[in-house]
Amino acid sequence: MIPPEFDYVAPESLEEAIRLLSEGGEDAKLLAGGHSLIPLMKLRLAAPSLLVDLRKVPGLHGVQRENGHFRIGAMTTHRTVEFTPELKLVARAAGTIADPQVRNRGTLGGTLAHADPAADMPAIFVTTEGSVTAQGPGGQREIAAADLFQDYLTSSLAADEVITEVRVPALDGYGFGYQKFNRRAEDWAMVAVSVLVKKAADGTCEDVRVGLNNMGSVPLRATFVEQALKGRPLDAQSIAAAAEQAAEGTEPPEDLNATADFKRHLARVMCRRALEEAVAAA
Amino acid sequence: MSIVDETRPGGNGYVGQALKRKEDPRLITGRATYVDDMVMAGQLHVAFVRSTEAHARIVSIDASAALEREDVEAVFTGADLTDMAAPCVFFWKPPGVDVRVPDHWPLARDKVGYVGQCVAAVIGRDKYSVVDAAEEVLVEYDPLPVVVDPEAALEDASPTVHDDYDTNSVFEWSIGGGDVDAGLADADVVVERRIVNHRTAGAAIEPRGVLATWQADRLTLYSSTQIPHIARVVLSIQLGISEDRIRVVAPEVGGGFGSKLQVYGEEVFACYASRKLNRPVKWVATRSEDMSTTHHGRDNITYAKLGAKRDGTLTAIHAKVVQDCGSYHLIEGPVIPTFASCVISGCYQIPNVKCDVVGVFTNKFTTDAIRGAGRPEGIHVIETMMDQLAAELGMDPLELRRKNFIPADGFPAELVHGMVYDSGNYQGSLDKLLTHVDVEAFRREQAELRERGIYRGLGFSTYVEICGLAPSRVLGPPVWGMQGGYFESALVRVHPTGSVTAYTGTSPHGQGHETGFAQIVADRLGVTPDQVEVMHGDTATGPFGKDTYGSRTLAVGGEAIVRAANKVVDKARRIVAHKLEAAPEDIEVRDGKFSVKGSPDKAMTLAEVAGEAYIPIDLPEDLEPGLEETSFYDPENFTWPFGAHACVVDVDVETGKVKVVRYVAVDDCGPAINPLLIDGQVHGGIVHTIGQALYEQVVYDAEGQLATGTFVDYALPSAAEIPTFETDRTETPSPVNTLGVKGVGEAGTIGATPAIGNAVIDALRPLGVTFVNLPYTPMRVWQAIQEAKGAGDGPRETEQGRELGEEGRGPGFGPTTPEGGQL
Repeated sequence: MIPPEFDYVAPESLEEAIRLLSEGGEDAKLLAGGHSLIPLMKLRLAAPSLLVDLRKVPGLHGVQRENGHFRIGAMTTHRTVEFTPELKLVARAAGTIADPQVRNRGTLGGTLAHADPAADMPAIFVTTEGSVTAQGPGGQREIAAADLFQDYLTSSLAADEVITEVRVPALDGYGFGYQKFNRRAEDWAMVAVSVLVKKAADGTCEDVRVGLNNMGSVPLRATFVEQALKGRPLDAQSIAAAAEQAAEGTEPPEDLNATADFKRHLARVMCRRALEEAVAAA
Repeated sequence: MSIVDETRPGGNGYVGQALKRKEDPRLITGRATYVDDMVMAGQLHVAFVRSTEAHARIVSIDASAALEREDVEAVFTGADLTDMAAPCVFFWKPPGVDVRVPDHWPLARDKVGYVGQCVAAVIGRDKYSVVDAAEEVLVEYDPLPVVVDPEAALEDASPTVHDDYDTNSVFEWSIGGGDVDAGLADADVVVERRIVNHRTAGAAIEPRGVLATWQADRLTLYSSTQIPHIARVVLSIQLGISEDRIRVVAPEVGGGFGSKLQVYGEEVFACYASRKLNRPVKWVATRSEDMSTTHHGRDNITYAKLGAKRDGTLTAIHAKVVQDCGSYHLIEGPVIPTFASCVISGCYQIPNVKCDVVGVFTNKFTTDAIRGAGRPEGIHVIETMMDQLAAELGMDPLELRRKNFIPADGFPAELVHGMVYDSGNYQGSLDKLLTHVDVEAFRREQAELRERGIYRGLGFSTYVEICGLAPSRVLGPPVWGMQGGYFESALVRVHPTGSVTAYTGTSPHGQGHETGFAQIVADRLGVTPDQVEVMHGDTATGPFGKDTYGSRTLAVGGEAIVRAANKVVDKARRIVAHKLEAAPEDIEVRDGKFSVKGSPDKAMTLAEVAGEAYIPIDLPEDLEPGLEETSFYDPENFTWPFGAHACVVDVDVETGKVKVVRYVAVDDCGPAINPLLIDGQVHGGIVHTIGQALYEQVVYDAEGQLATGTFVDYALPSAAEIPTFETDRTETPSPVNTLGVKGVGEAGTIGATPAIGNAVIDALRPLGVTFVNLPYTPMRVWQAIQEAKGAGDGPRETEQGRELGEEGRGPGFGPTTPEGGQL
């Protein structure tokens, strides 16, 4: 596994990183942990001429709560997220990413920018309706989760933009569930379903959000399920009925492990289980 | 670092103790030397240009861009290798059977037959830049029709893989005894199944690697191989260099599992290129190269018929095996499925047995020996069929097994198809297993869990395997047709100050030879295992040997060590007798000393004996100086280890996901030399097989492209998928060797797949699922459940195995009655 030749720099400021990215053009790539990019390079599926490593850039680490949101530095590792229980659904899902080695090195900003629909964090980010702060040569902007993912491994970030911070609503009062189906613990999800649910005082569903991993070229929301459940009682029957619609409108990619039909079936099963998990915790 | 209690005297029963491995300190602390750790002055690196086509003519190769690179020394293509003396050496020539053996050169000539075949080799000074340079070699292909399905490949209309043959059949081979047609006709019930043993990879943690150096008209090859001795013979033939000028060294080898029981084209090429360029040449496979071009295993389809009387008495088994050989052979691939026939009747008395094997060329990489090598397939067939038959008869599967076991007093057992099982006690191992597994309690638990929607299943297998590969008279040219001898060698050398070096012709790659052999030698010579250094894997040191595979190391190599050590003891006793004025037959090894029986004070240590041997001023008159002996040992028979395994699985019936929740293995490999090493082998074998049964599959698509070239797609199980194993043993000595040992390296891979498969069916039978083929992946299991649901209330057959490369049935192999039907 020998990658093509490339240059490597580890700038010590954000401004320097952005300048290097701008000058490097399309052939420059950010390195933010490297657990997706480096394997792609070793398989010669990616061949950037310059890697700009964010590891020495200060101020990109850590989790803070502020005004009903969590602000998470882009270079915060999955391991830190996993062991920050206040992050609830995000922490729960981070604990299922690959294996401890990957979680110790991989970062939240890195996985969001990589935009893999099978990965855990992009779909969780869509479910929680978070946003990222992206810094480029022209300044800073906020990108909502719904606008970040454009296509398979394609985000709306410009080539010289850097995610500096991830914002996730605190979602107090929500129960959450995450059900991932994979063959081995370390694998990407064949299908995963994330759920946030809020109960009204009368026990009916006040709000529900359902996200899907690997059911399309980008992480999806299962809007049919959400519509079916909102305002309805959160009993087994209505959960099961709503979950039946988990795959509506999806065109999941086929692979060695699953036909599209099987993935749709798995989405329905995982959706029901994630709803049950979330409701039990709500 | 000492592995033993230093205060314990030698010669006091180290055999049988669970000593920690002598090998482990260097492995655990990273001080072992693998091929990739080796650096030689002036060494060059190779990168291979590999075929992107499964079947094509090579129109042109343009290496000009690569050659323009400053640090590239040379580029070779198939056309440059015309001075190589011979193509890949192939060892199987069964008497009376025509095996088609296409020339297989290290670099393709004119045509490619599989994705990954080496087309050109770029050699340069930097291991990174040669890979870049190889990407710049332009190869133009003219694609040919691709053959991927072995059964379709046998049809007349199929394109052929090789121009020289008008068929894709590699060979047709049969073995049997009794009258299988009459036996099936005599049966009250005949169960028929199409059983798939899918293609898997060895996936050793250390990929293949070689470092070849040609100096002063002599070749030295460092190779991550299981077979340095056989490799030297092969290199001699292929390169046209006499063996005395070739040295092959297997340094630390990080796993093999059969995949390094091979001499690969890259290995031969590195030697060739080193000689041409007069420089050391190194190549280490990437993981993707290893997945695509380190030989695969299994990959056969068996049409099995098992007949029985209503009371469960077996009357006949007939197995027709279609083996996917890939496009070219390496040293022995096609012989592997014939080993399935040795154990096709399992632990049972079956009066009529027949096994027919047809090998098939396809445009895939070669299949050859992977851990178990034919025997897992054979046992998977018989043990799956036993459960299928039990269901058909409405009998308890264990009762059916007990009814047909060869009885413990029936050994040696001569089977109708010519096998002679050396010793066994199949009832004993099953009884022992059932002391760990309470079947009645399980059934109660199973029923309770089903009430809660949890589908738990219990499956068994009782297996026998053929191990201790030797004897030459049977395995060799006149009978099975392997073109070689299968003895083993050992040399035991006592040094002047009394420590010992033992050389073995076997070649370890993780098993623990250095520990087990040291225990054997220590007991015989009255020293501690720490005082015995075991040397291996270097053709320039010990005598010619036959390396490690087929669970032969202990049963054949261990006995050779015993015999060499005994010769040393005999000589030592003569020296001691002479010095102490006693008769040699009155000298015994006791408490670490050679002492006179009945007079323990009259004794000499081994160091004292060695002193006499190497300062030969007072030796018995006709005795030569020195204290070392060699033995070559060729056994009379194979050894036949056996055992009984039980597996408990949970199946998530909504998703098809199978989880192994309990695994109990009772194995009998004869008396234990070191129980810790046995447990290590059994654990590893079961992990290997849980991988095979639930996770791993080498998949080619319809164009012959490999779809599983990385560890993302080729799903080896990790610790998270593996339960804690419960192991136990029975010890039934083999009469074949003086240690009574049988071998255990492959046992786990042989007993486990049917135990897992039978457990899956046991879990799903209430849903109407009665049969599913390997591998039990979520989608296949889920589809089987859906098909069973679609069939209404009654149980029915579900035939999975319709994935890539498994379409359809070949001519002449389809069942003549509906599957599961009665004749």
